[in-house]
Amino acid sequence: MIKVLLFAHLQEEAGSNEVELELDGMTVSHLKRELQQRYQLSEMDQVMVAINEEYALDEDKVKNGDIVALIPPVSGG
Amino acid sequence: MKEELFEIVEEPIQLQDLVAKVTRREAGAITTFIGTVREWTKGKRTIYLEYEAYKPMAVKMLNKIGDEIQAKWPNTKVAITHRVGRLDISDAAVMIAVSSPHRKAAYEANEYAINRIKQIVPIWKKEHWEDGETWIGDQLEQVPYPEGKPNIKDELS
Repeated sequence: MIKVLLFAHLQEEAGSNEVELELDGMTVSHLKRELQQRYQLSEMDQVMVAINEEYALDEDKVKNGDIVALIPPVSGG
Repeated sequence: MKEELFEIVEEPIQLQDLVAKVTRREAGAITTFIGTVREWTKGKRTIYLEYEAYKPMAVKMLNKIGDEIQAKWPNTKVAITHRVGRLDISDAAVMIAVSSPHRKAAYEANEYAINRIKQIVPIWKKEHWEDGETWIGDQLEQVPYPEGKPNIKDELS
């Protein structure tokens, strides 16, 4: 299982702050598309993905046990 | 108790605590920055803000900013605290303190820290306006990630 954390507007759109999915071996870009479709997420082109708290690239793969976070453009400060 | 230089907190930030964290005998300068909640943005009135963080990663990214500053301005010491939750007008959202032997590095490193926070630290704010609410993409209203990702490499020249 892969745990996916959702923040900001994505959390509101999905109606949950985390979901668990069977997506072992999927690339980051594939995972984003999959999540976008399942949860009707908007503005996904600007969303970054972090795997286990590190920013990931589109071609990186997720594996069972990973904690994946969808990171919309940040606005701290 | 170990003193944490980089923190995400839910309660009001105490500036004096940050200053104490970076105070040391070799320092000849301490700069502080306080980012506060602004009432008016381009003619729109903010009632209050809500900040949300991906806390473990945010702390990690703040530490990374600290490492970058060490590399660029050796012999500085940095402490950063960011607050999350509901913040009212004039509340402090973030405080940064930097000490260094001479003032120039303390000023420069402090500005670098806030710029990097706005690029790489996973913290989001939701504006509660007089007439609605929005999650803010980035405050500069630039394309958030022109390269498709935040500039997470050290900006070492």
